[in-house]
Amino acid sequence: MAKSDLKKFFVYSVFLGILILPMVGFPTTSFHAGRAFGVWGVFVAILAIGLIAKTLRGTGGYRKSTAGLSSLFSPASGTIKRIPRKYYISILLLMVIIFPLVANRYMIDVGITCLIYVVLGLGLNIVVGLAGLLDLGYIAFYAVGAYSYSLLNLHFGLSFWACLPIGVALGAVLGCIIGYPTLKMRGDYLAIVTMGFGEIIRLVLNNWDKLTHGPNGLLGMEKPLIYYPSLGEGGLTWEVFKLKSLPGLYYLIFILAILTIIAVNRLDKSRVGRAWVAIREDEVAAELSGVPTTWLKLLAYAMGAAFASVGGAFFAAKLSYTNPNFFIFMESCIVLCIVVLGGVGSIPGIILAGVVLIAVPEVFRELQTYRMLAFGLAMAVMMVLRPEGLIPATRRKREFHEEKQLSAGD
Amino acid sequence: MDTQSFIIQQLINAIFLGSIYALIALGYTMVYGIIELINFAHGELFTSGAFIGIIVLAILQKFGFVETHFILTMILAFGLAMAYVAVLGVAIEQVAYKPLRNASRLAAILSALGMSIFLSNGMMLSQGVSDRAYPQLLSIRGVSIMDARITYGQIFIIILSVALMAALYVFVKGSRLGKAMRATAQNKTMARMCGIDIDKTIRVTFIIGPALGAAAGVMVGLYYGSVRFDMGFIYMIKAFAAAILGGIGSIPGAMLGGLIIGGVEVLWSAFLPSEWKDVTTFIVLILVLYLKPSGILGEDVAETRV
Repeated sequence: MAKSDLKKFFVYSVFLGILILPMVGFPTTSFHAGRAFGVWGVFVAILAIGLIAKTLRGTGGYRKSTAGLSSLFSPASGTIKRIPRKYYISILLLMVIIFPLVANRYMIDVGITCLIYVVLGLGLNIVVGLAGLLDLGYIAFYAVGAYSYSLLNLHFGLSFWACLPIGVALGAVLGCIIGYPTLKMRGDYLAIVTMGFGEIIRLVLNNWDKLTHGPNGLLGMEKPLIYYPSLGEGGLTWEVFKLKSLPGLYYLIFILAILTIIAVNRLDKSRVGRAWVAIREDEVAAELSGVPTTWLKLLAYAMGAAFASVGGAFFAAKLSYTNPNFFIFMESCIVLCIVVLGGVGSIPGIILAGVVLIAVPEVFRELQTYRMLAFGLAMAVMMVLRPEGLIPATRRKREFHEEKQLSAGD
Repeated sequence: MDTQSFIIQQLINAIFLGSIYALIALGYTMVYGIIELINFAHGELFTSGAFIGIIVLAILQKFGFVETHFILTMILAFGLAMAYVAVLGVAIEQVAYKPLRNASRLAAILSALGMSIFLSNGMMLSQGVSDRAYPQLLSIRGVSIMDARITYGQIFIIILSVALMAALYVFVKGSRLGKAMRATAQNKTMARMCGIDIDKTIRVTFIIGPALGAAAGVMVGLYYGSVRFDMGFIYMIKAFAAAILGGIGSIPGAMLGGLIIGGVEVLWSAFLPSEWKDVTTFIVLILVLYLKPSGILGEDVAETRV
């Protein structure tokens, strides 16, 4: 990296820090020196870390250090390759299964939240990671799942399992309706339209008092039921078991998450998945090669919506409560952060990011307020320094480095 | 109030609201015209302009400056807010957008979004989550035109925004830098070959766009009397709809789009339940994308794909 570039980056970093200073210093009209310098220090520290990372990257030491780091995580390369992959996946699975037996209620609750976000992240990964469409209103489909279960259960008494396919279908259809006019457009139009759409769904839920009880939300949905056969005196009968306890719910979302992982993994490797990647890379070339781009983009959108809907239905069932404020724009941003920071298109990356990004602020309560601040900055820094994410998908990693080579030679 | 004065009243409201939307939309459309990126942080720049305005006004009010020198106060509030936000805009461009100019489109959009989240949460942490009251400076007295009331505050805001837009128009059409901006928007490679400093042009764009947004922020604060850290979000969607409606990349288009979006919103609030008024913008946006994606005054760019 050129020295002038470095100098410029440094000057602007300090510049940005100083600029933020007056904004931070005036929570009221009086000046809070301690608070101002505290927050300013955090800004400057973050920028300094960014600078160091950039310098290291310039010298090549960065590549070495991150290569070591990524080989530690990535199952496909490096030292871990010696241990067969299925062993350490099964150890991980075992740990996740044992978790509710050793953890307390609070930790299980956090675990459930993490798994919900893993499902959401993987669903969004289909849209953003595979098909390359930026969806900023993703949480709307989560809301659709939650509200469709709530309303169907409260008004018609339908069970969780009956509502699941209905919610999924509803989410997918809604995804198609909103996606159809916009998918033909530029990617950034889609981003804004989906952002607006997410807000509209929230407004509808908030304002349609008769149906959704407005900001008060809906209360008293049934927990999911499990049916199992039993051979009693009257022959084969179906027993009903209500999933009331947290560990029960944990196992339910765990199974849903596993199914999602398998589904997304299969999709990634399927013909449709490859077509999505082709669209992401070069839509015109894909279309000329006979890929029905519009339909496949619509399919990606609908699929992503369907997974969000599953997550939403579970969320409503778990809490027995929903209100529109669960589905604000920031939630979409959190899910997007999980996808981006984990590595766009990389399934293990998204699982890790989902767990880390949700669990860490939850466990360290003091960090909670700074969470989105850090996520936002991390997203921008990530795009500049390491666009392939923490654990890059192998295909994706190569693409990004190819791009860099091209732009360097430009 | 008879029908005629009702219509005039709604027209005044529409022009007032529309000129604010137009000012914000100009920032989007200019940045998009030059680097083909939606500046997601623009809504937050608008909000931070409003906050700088509140800080300046509060300090001046404390020293009793406002009562004695009203015009100077306004100049200081608008000027400082615009200057600060312009510098912030350039800093964001340098830190988050410039390194990604040759990267994939998705990476650039995500970086912009990251900056937006960062700024919005920074403001939430520093300014609090509740509404902050703006000093009541604009007179609520006004004049009546055929029974329709227009306050001096509204007149002041409309005149100021029209003046800003006129200045921008003259700058872009007349000055050398404006010509460079238009050339860069048309064809970046060709402009570079002709000796135009692309980096400088982009910096100028990131000075003007956010400064106009900041002016709109101070106006909104002065008129509605309160600001909130997340108010940029809904204004952003509306201004974006205005920019698309007018044809993204087109400066007169953004002004026209702002007026139309303002008009539609005012009409909706006048006759239909106003809690749904934010939905109208979205409907307009979808309709435009369905029927004429290039907008009213735009070139046919929407067909180009990512």
